[in-house]
Amino acid sequence: MARQFPQEPPEITLASEGPDSRVTLGGALTLAGVARLRAALDGLPADRPARLDLARTSRMDTAGAWAICALRARLEAAGQDLTLTGTTPEQDKLLATVRDAWPVPDAAPPPRHAIADRLETLGRAVTGGGRTMLELTGYLGIFLLRLFSSILRPRRFRLTALVHHCEDVGLRAVPIVALMAFLIGVVLAFQGAVQLRQFGAEVFVVDLIAISILRELGILLTAIIVAGRTASAFTAAIGSMKMREEVDAMRTLGIDPALALIVPRVLALLLMLPILGLIANAAGLLGGAIMSWLELGISPALFRTRLIANTDVSHVLVGMIKAPVFALIIGIIGCHAGMQVRGNAESLGMMTSRAVVAAIFAVIVADALFSIFFAEIGI
Amino acid sequence: MTGAADSDVVIRLRGIRNQFGPNVVHDALDLDVHRGEVLGVVGGSGTGKSVLLRTIVGLQHPVAGRIEVLSIDIARADDSARQALRMRWGVMFQDGALFSSLTVRENVEVPLRGAARLAPATRRALADLKISMSGLPWSAGDKYPAELSGGMRKRAGLARALALDPDIVFLDEPTAGLDPIGASQFDQLIRDLSDSLGLTVFMVTHDLDSLQACCDRIAVLAEKKVLVTGTMEQMLEVDHPWVHEYFHGPRARAALAAGAGQKG
Repeated sequence: MARQFPQEPPEITLASEGPDSRVTLGGALTLAGVARLRAALDGLPADRPARLDLARTSRMDTAGAWAICALRARLEAAGQDLTLTGTTPEQDKLLATVRDAWPVPDAAPPPRHAIADRLETLGRAVTGGGRTMLELTGYLGIFLLRLFSSILRPRRFRLTALVHHCEDVGLRAVPIVALMAFLIGVVLAFQGAVQLRQFGAEVFVVDLIAISILRELGILLTAIIVAGRTASAFTAAIGSMKMREEVDAMRTLGIDPALALIVPRVLALLLMLPILGLIANAAGLLGGAIMSWLELGISPALFRTRLIANTDVSHVLVGMIKAPVFALIIGIIGCHAGMQVRGNAESLGMMTSRAVVAAIFAVIVADALFSIFFAEIGI
Repeated sequence: MTGAADSDVVIRLRGIRNQFGPNVVHDALDLDVHRGEVLGVVGGSGTGKSVLLRTIVGLQHPVAGRIEVLSIDIARADDSARQALRMRWGVMFQDGALFSSLTVRENVEVPLRGAARLAPATRRALADLKISMSGLPWSAGDKYPAELSGGMRKRAGLARALALDPDIVFLDEPTAGLDPIGASQFDQLIRDLSDSLGLTVFMVTHDLDSLQACCDRIAVLAEKKVLVTGTMEQMLEVDHPWVHEYFHGPRARAALAAGAGQKG
């Protein structure tokens, strides 16, 4: 039976007088015509037996057999019979296959209460959040423990991995961090100039740029860029190793995954983020100085003099002291998310994006806490 | 090849040449697949069994040669003919290749959506039927592929391949990675479905038990072409060294003995 396209539609003739419904089916009982076939068969009354004549059908596929079996199930539920005539042996076989495979729904799950469901979801989210915080603290602890134990036994420390990650995390991030800070300096100078010129206090733009970049923006924006760049890279790298069971293989070979994967990465970030922050500070001041010169006529020499005279070095220290904290936050969140990846690709993608969002959020929260702290102690 | 048998050929490959850089995988490869048969394709690792499957379904374009599927020349056919052809074959990839963001039922509904205008309830019911026909329990329909075992993913992949009642089903290593019980159930399933739906099955496999249990004919890929085709009994007569090694090795003898035991 060669199959042709396009298909002829099913021919359905109903004759329901007498004690049973008689239906003559012809043409193709296939997927293309199953909607019509089903509608016609659904119209048959369930209070009397039915007789289907399939002698004139050209072909039938599982969709056609499904419609006939659905009618049979409906009639049998009402205690009536369905008789098929004129079927070929192939059609009988197909009908038997479909009937044997007839899907039986499982018992419906017990009804759920919408409000209780929501409360449960909320509760799970809260405890899940708490558990994540605990786990992150645990990872911080593991990192510190392994770090100190590798100081005691330096031979176990992986220097090559550390240098590799330093290059990846630090050196390769220099262009983007420097460019970003330079542009922020330009923007600050430009915006500051417009406002300060109203008071004839253009020269204070130097203080504005210096304090805001050295104290806050330089390190904060660097941390945000590094969070986007490096936390995701940590999660993806560790996560794909987790996915391919490499982490399990390490454990069975007696290699400590925390020492091999987490310590070099977080330590590299810890060493590199202050350097990146310093580069960002320098680039931001450079951008601000150039813009002040072009826009306000503050010469580089005057900029330098005001910068040194009016800006205390404590601003730089306040900025720099945050760098190691941000580095720990980004590194631990990235590595933790990587270790949470399960065996499929979706969880890798999900954990990567979650790591970036969590790292950026945590960095900003920590920065806010630092601001309050420094304001309280009056630096 | 006689004229009568000619009209029965659903896949006809002539002079296929596949090449990746300097590495020639197939050269002057000819193969006929007949209507209603289950053809098992075997060959050593790297002989291009999966490449051959991908070539027939149009995922890999051969450097030279002619591919006719259901009398349509794939290289020359226009888009609508190719689209119509795609509805007449189903492909089951090695790990099921299910869409990970959809449940099993939605996966099976995907081809049904493209093929006919069906009410959502009808589509669901047909998908449920296909899921059940491929031997999955009802509860599997609502699960996501990541929640299924490897064997269940293969079954779900088969359900999706069968969704449109295709003429031809391509199976890529259907029993690889299954336990022996699951594998022989799968063999039986393929045999049953091919008998009752009149399917033509093109199956790439390494599994000698599968070859013994469900293949009508076997094609051996070696030396960049189809070296020989025939039934299991005919394979035993071939004196090419690789074919001899393959069908007379200890595993082959065990499979044959098991098959003979079942029949006897």
